[in-house]
Order: sequence, then structure tokens, then C-alpha cells
Amino acid sequence: MTQVIVTVMPKQGVLDPQGQAVAGALGQLGFDGVGEVRIGKRIELAIAGDDPAGQARAMCEQLLANALIEDYSVEVAG
Amino acid sequence: MSTTVAVLRFPGSLDHDSAARAVEGLGATAVEAWHADAELPEGTDAVLLPGGFSYGDHLRCGAIASRAPIMDAVRRHAEAGGRVVGICNGFQVLCEAGLLPGALRRNATLSFVCRQMDLEVADADTPWTSGLESGSVVSIPIKNNEGAWYGDPASTRVVLRYRDNLLGSTDAVAGVANEAGNVMGLMPHPEEACDALLGSTDGQLVLAGLIA
Amino acid sequence: MSAAASDVPLHRQLGLTDDEAALIPELLGRAPTDPELVMFSLMWSEHCSYKHSKPLLKGFPTSSPRVLQGPGENAGVVDVGDGIAVALKIESHNHPSAVEPFEGAATGVGGIVRDIIAMGARPIALLDSLRFGELTSARSRHLFTRSVAGIGHYGNCIGVPTVGGEVSFDDRYEESCLVNAMCVGVLGPGGILRAAAQGPGNALVLFGNRTGRDGIGGASVLASAELDEGEDKRPSVQVSDPFTERKLMDCCLELAEGGTLVALQDLGAAGLTSAASEMAAKGGVGLDIDLDLVPLRETLAPAEILVSESQERMLAVVLPEKLDAMIAVCRRWDLDATAIGTVTAGENLVARSGGEVVVDLPARLLADDAPVYDVPRVPAPASPPLDPAAIPEPGDLAGAWADLLARPNIASKRWIYERYDHLVGANTIRRPGGDAAVVRLPGSDKAIALTTDCAERHCEIDPRGGGRASVLEAARNLACVGARPIAATDCLNFPNPEKGSTGWRLAEAIAGMAEALTALDVPVVSGNVSLYNESATRSILPTPVVGMMGLLERADSSVGHAFAHPGDVVLLVGDDGVLDASEYAALPGGFLPDIDVSREVAAIEVVLRAAEEGILRSAHDVSDGGLAVALAESAMAGGVGARIAVDPGRRDDEVLFGEGGGRMLVSVAGDAEAERLTALAAGAVRVRRLGEVGGDAVAIAIGPRSVALAIERAREAYERGLPEALA
Repeated sequence: MTQVIVTVMPKQGVLDPQGQAVAGALGQLGFDGVGEVRIGKRIELAIAGDDPAGQARAMCEQLLANALIEDYSVEVAG
Repeated sequence: MSTTVAVLRFPGSLDHDSAARAVEGLGATAVEAWHADAELPEGTDAVLLPGGFSYGDHLRCGAIASRAPIMDAVRRHAEAGGRVVGICNGFQVLCEAGLLPGALRRNATLSFVCRQMDLEVADADTPWTSGLESGSVVSIPIKNNEGAWYGDPASTRVVLRYRDNLLGSTDAVAGVANEAGNVMGLMPHPEEACDALLGSTDGQLVLAGLIA
Repeated sequence: MSAAASDVPLHRQLGLTDDEAALIPELLGRAPTDPELVMFSLMWSEHCSYKHSKPLLKGFPTSSPRVLQGPGENAGVVDVGDGIAVALKIESHNHPSAVEPFEGAATGVGGIVRDIIAMGARPIALLDSLRFGELTSARSRHLFTRSVAGIGHYGNCIGVPTVGGEVSFDDRYEESCLVNAMCVGVLGPGGILRAAAQGPGNALVLFGNRTGRDGIGGASVLASAELDEGEDKRPSVQVSDPFTERKLMDCCLELAEGGTLVALQDLGAAGLTSAASEMAAKGGVGLDIDLDLVPLRETLAPAEILVSESQERMLAVVLPEKLDAMIAVCRRWDLDATAIGTVTAGENLVARSGGEVVVDLPARLLADDAPVYDVPRVPAPASPPLDPAAIPEPGDLAGAWADLLARPNIASKRWIYERYDHLVGANTIRRPGGDAAVVRLPGSDKAIALTTDCAERHCEIDPRGGGRASVLEAARNLACVGARPIAATDCLNFPNPEKGSTGWRLAEAIAGMAEALTALDVPVVSGNVSLYNESATRSILPTPVVGMMGLLERADSSVGHAFAHPGDVVLLVGDDGVLDASEYAALPGGFLPDIDVSREVAAIEVVLRAAEEGILRSAHDVSDGGLAVALAESAMAGGVGARIAVDPGRRDDEVLFGEGGGRMLVSVAGDAEAERLTALAAGAVRVRRLGEVGGDAVAIAIGPRSVALAIERAREAYERGLPEALA
């Protein structure tokens, strides 16, 4: 089993109201140096076989990410 | 012979009973279509995807439901010109399934919103708005967490718009149809507006589109 | 820290008193095993055993011709006619909500819903009664917003409409917030399911979520002695899973409808221990459980399995020949279902692990035999009347009126209820924002009305009076929507009953509630007690919350609080109010006159009869903020004002904002209806003609003086209040 990390983020340019809200809250807590905040998902998968990255990309295309509004990246853990 | 409306049910569907009652109130016969089945019930004339939290809204609203076995049958029905309406979570499922354009995202308020809404008819030429005039207003409630439609309104058949766009939908879009008009999705709940005792009967005008 | 290494005796670490710990071996005839000791510590806790409140709760009236199930089961059930039975219960989840408000409130909703499901009923409505510190406190803002988010998260996802409730903010709750959740359900064709296990040889089936470390407190003391050092032994916060609860609900209803189950119990506080011991004790049978068969999320010691509070789990007894059918239904709903034991003859609860018996004792020792304590009854000294000089009379009465409308305790609660799905099911006839919610009973012409109420400031001053007032306010709220009160459920939230005058207040509040309930002929069919709501420095106000249900024979006959037409006659039913204990005065203490229960019940009957005769255009309970606020609320709701004249009292602000007097503000079409209302009062209840509906303001003449508040100004303040306090 290979550990694969999938990160799904809102596409650049798509409004992220959640990220905006968090940026505002951080500012209120006194963190003045915070610019843009974007919030996504990290999905950890244990994948069998010899092409875990390819499998994970297919999973992203078919289910884990919505191509209209999300980008994804796949990282095979060491 | 009355119209047979297949009301889909996924784990987590919530508004299937009220939708069934609403279509029966219009003289149709409602039958349940289980998510795991390969075919729609025999004699299905039209399909309704009800509201709810299918699969708990996990991953993305409607994402898992849109990949359910029954959705292949729904797709074939739609491609053959059959009528399909998706309400709230049902709308989310249709977008995830690629049967309607766009995607539904988190409300701009970052909260669940349950409120009666005034909707303007943008396209009176669909089966879902045939009893209405363009620009007229109907009163139907919303109740959702992720109701902000995101897409390209210029290339979309927009059917209904919010008067008050507190959800942050692109172009205040509340409901859209496919190019042919036989598939429609809307975030507001017409089945909650089919009884004067509940405040409005405007929902009947939209659901009438299910009946040939 | 392992049990062996500490100097504190194990039983004290678990929360048992020395006397209780000494009693256990006497009852058992031997020393308890460690798992047994943990089970005693939980089952004999206040929350599970009601050891301080049981003797007092006997004072409630609990029967009426409608009662099909009184206190003692997972929920009470009443007959509403036409073959329809309704289950109801309210429960607290205060302490968990103070620790983690989102999950605490969410799991509170989950727990009360399962209590209704366990009766074989389909949940059709939720209400929540909430108390927090003032919203000027960041902590209270956090607890409040997160609790509302948690309630919405759970209720919305399971598809049960949250149709009503209440919230108030007082400094006394700053360190001990209150989250009480009420659920109402409709019995199905399968009838009432009860918890009593029956039939030696029958299977005991655990279904729903897997069992993990959720909510394990004291038992973790034992776990350290039994698990490897590398494992994470920290008890976890209970995390809600409403999606699984929805599946569980659909599954249980299918099982109930099919008559598949002999008995059903939900797993709540003290998990498997509580569910199994109660099922066995109620049925007068034994249960033999193999803990190795319990589906687990992670490695757990036997004692932990027994007391885990993992959510979304149910326990059922089923005939062996129906076991396969039951598991098939659970599989269809994608739920784990495992036969973990059997019903036995005898009376013992037996649990095995790794082939060895780790628990073997009579179930009733856990479920029924906790020692019972009498609370000390030390009356609190009466507080003197408020010094009028302490409340300066405002020069600008209209400004004071608008300010009052913007106070969080009075202002519009839209911020809350728009976050709740209050419509799902398409049966909500009267939405949140009025005196009571009205929900149509599915497949029927009837409807029920629901409210939760408590007069905590009154209870602090005069607990007996406050008990009466809490019940009467609930009854008024139901009468004002045209519903006849038929059943109640109660949640008694109090501090430590062994300290100070709390025991006395608890006893007095119950006595006052009982008096009013008896006069109304409304039985208590279920309820909950939550004690020890306090910190080292501050204790809560005595808060006996009343959840009450009323019946409308015709769903289309409900009444709202909105003024309807210019020219309608406005009348006030009831007596006068006072500034003491009012929201306007905002001062603790004061003197409140005795409540004449029969007089207030008679007033409620007048309004109810008027509603039933169809002569009311509107009706509104006069409570927080007094007459002026009630008038403003009716005007805002209807979009039309009123021209009112009242007699002067001691002070103008007392006439406008004083509270009490058992008042209801009504409007009728004209003189004929006004005379009919007066005739119904038959001189036993005061009915005063105040004026007429009309105009775009509420204008009140108090003798020669007058004050007016434009509806738009009122609305601006009313809608701004809560969002502004949260910003």
C-alpha cells in the first residue's frame, strides 16, 4: 500500500468566501500580515498496485475534484 | 392515465416524501426510484431528484449521489427528451452528473439559509415556467448550505433568478435548464410551496412541468 | 496515570461517594470487578439515576386519559385522536456544550432524536431551549454561535425541522451554558416500541455506528492499566454523524413498521451499560453479552466498550427467526448490525471478554437501585422590592422602547431560525417567530403546537411562583396559536442541590410547576434533570424549562400574532405587570406578587375558547418587554400599527414594559366579537379594550401623556439587535 496525498483547492480566480472569512478573522486576532487565504481539502489515500499516482489522478478526475471549480494535486509519500 | 413521476431516493434524501405528496396533489402518481437500481421504475414518465443531504453532503454536495447506479438511467431518460427536475440537493446532483451546467457552492453568508424567497421568471419558454410570464415573481422558500450557483450565465439557460441574491449566486441564478429545456434544476423547494396553509402555492406552477 | 499509582481510591476517582462504594459489595455479596465498579459509577451518577431529584419528581401529575406512556420510557406518548399517537421529550446536553459547543449541541440533538426513534416514532419536530452569558462576552458569543451551528448541522442533515425554541442571555450562565433539545414524533402503524427486553433465547443486536473512545471519562482510569503504552488513551469528544443518524432513523422506522423488533433502546449516557441494564431490568430478564462481538473503531478495553458513548447506536431485541431479516434491513441502509448477546432467564447482566466473565450482576442494581437522597431545603431569604430610584424614568419613552426591542433577549431571533431548516417535511404551518410553532400531523387534519418556556428570573426570586409561571407561560403561548395544551415534558436545570438553597428551589419549583400543570390538566409524560450547572464562582439561575404540546383539531384554525386589518379591536386579557424581574429593569432581585393559578388558567381558557370559536384575528402572549413590546411585535408582524389607550399606573415605564399578570394581547374584527370575548370572561378574568388597529405606528396614550413608535423604527431596532450583538 502506498500513501498518496491529494490536495483539492478552489480554482484560482474562483471566489472563496470561506477563505475570505478566515482572513478577516485572522486580522481581527491581530495577524496583520495576512494576505489572501484559500481553503481546500487534503485527502490521504492508501492505494495498492504499482501506479498509485495514476490511480489517484483518475480518482480526482472521476470523483475527488470538481473540474469546474477545483484544482487538484497528487503527491506520493516517500 | 396519470403521469408517473419517479422520485429518486439516496441515503440521506430528506424531501422525497413531501415531493411525492406535491406531485400527487397535481394528479400525478409518485413512485420511488432507489439509488442502487439500474433502471427507473417501469412506466416512468418524468423524474424528480428531491432535496436533502444525500451521503451527508460528504466530499461535495451531490457528488457521491451523482455517481450512483440509478443516474445512468436518469441520463438516458434525459437524453431521450424525458422531463427531469432536480430540487436543491437534486440540482446539485444534476450539476455533478453533468446534466446541467455549473456547480453549486457554499452560500456567501457561510451559513444555512431557510427563508421564503421571491424569484423572477427569466425564461418563460420552458415546461417549468409555461404557466408564467417572463418577469413575473413567484414565492418559494430556500433551505440550503450550498446554494450559490457558479457558472457562465451567457451560455446557460437561466430559468429563475433571486430578487435578493444573498446566497451570492452568479447573476443571481436560482434555477437553470439544459439547452432543450427538459431538464431543470433549482435550489428553492417548490414542494414547500404547494399548499396555501404553508404560505404559497407557486411551487405547483413549477412542478406542473413534470406533467406532460 | 494508572489506577495503581494514584493515592486516591479508585471509587473516588470514578465519582462515587465512600458510602456508595461501601454499599456496592453489600448489594453484590462480593467486591465488584473493576468494569462493574465503573458501571456503578456511571449508572449511579446524577445524570443516569436522578438520585437527588427522583423523590421530588413524584410531585408531577403524570396521567390523563390521553397518556399512553408516562415517564419511565425513552419518551412519553399521548393519544391525539384519530388513531394518532405522539411521542415527546426534552433533554439537556449542558456540560458537553460548554466544553465543545458545536459537537455538544449537535450530539444533544442526536440523543433526543434517538429517544423518540426508540419508541418506534418518526421525529417530526425539534425545538431547542438555550441559555448563555451576555453577548458582550466573547466566550458567550462563541458558545452561542457554535451551539446554533451544531444544532443546525445535525437537525438539518437528518431532515427533522427545528421549528421553535427560545434563547436568553444572562450573566449567570456565563460559565455554565444550557442547551436543552426537545423532539416530538408520530407513532407508526407498528405501535409503541418499549425498552423492556423479553424472551429468553432472543437475540440482542447492536446496530449503527462502530464503537470508539467517545465520551469515556472515568473508565480511562482503568484503560491505562490494560493497554500498551503506545496507544492513545485520551477520551475523545463525542463527534456527531447526522448522516448515519438519518440512515438509523429510516432503518428503525422500517423495522418498527414491519413489527420486526421485540424491544428497542438507544445508547446515550453510559452507552451499552445503560442501555443493556435498563432493557434487562425493565423486562425482568437477564442479558448475556460477548464484548468481543461489538464492532469497534479502535482498540478498546472491556470496561471502555461497556461505557463508550459513541453516538448513533441502537440496541434491539429480536426473535432468532427474525434476526436475518433485521440484519438485511440494516444492510440496505448501510449500517453495521451485529448480534452481540442473548436474552436469558434470571435477572443478571453478564458481559464476557476473551472468554472470561468480567461483569455478572443483577441488572436492577445498576438501573434501579442507586441510593436516593433528599435534598437539603434551606429557604433563601426573600428579596425586597426593587427600589424605584434604582431605575430612572426615561425622558424619551419611545427611545427606551426601541432600545428594548434591540436587546438580544427581546430582539428578532431570525439570525437563529434562518440557520435551521424549519420547513422540511412540508408540515410547518406556523414558522418560528411567533408564540408557538404549529406543525400539521402527517396524513391528518389535525396539528400540534409546540413551545419551550421558562421564567428563570421569577424562579430566582420565588421558585414556587417561578415554577407556576413557567408552566403558565407555555400554556399561554399555545393558547395564543389556538392550541389546547395536552402534555408537557420538563428539563430541570439547576446548580448543585446540596449547596445553599438550591435544593429548596428545586423542590419549590417542582411544586409550583405541579400546581399549574394540575390546574391545566396537563400531565408531564417525560423529562430530564441536569444538576451541578455551576462553576467555582458562579451558578446558574434556577431554570426549569417546560416543553409543552397543544392540539389543534383543525390544522387550518391556528391563530398568529400579527395585527390584521385597520379597525380591528385590540383587547388585553389579564392583569397588570410590574418592573421587578423585568427585562427592562435589568436588575436582579425584586418582589413578585403571588400568581393566582386558577385565575391565570381561566384567562387562558378565555383565549382558547375565543380561538376555537374563530373570533380572534390575532393573539400574542405578553412576556419579555411587557405590553409595549407585544404591541410592537404584533404591529411589525402585520405591517399595521395600533392606537391604544391605557390607564396610568405607578410609572409610565412600568405600564409599558412591566411583566407578569398572565396577559395576552388579542385583536378581533369588531364590537360584536369584543363583546363575545368579554362574555367568555364572565367577570372572572379581566378583559380591557385598549383601542384599534391602524396607522403606521403603535401609539399609546397613558392618561394624559402619550408615546408612539413608528413600525419602521421598531423593525429597524428589532432586526438589528441580535446581529449587532454578534458582530
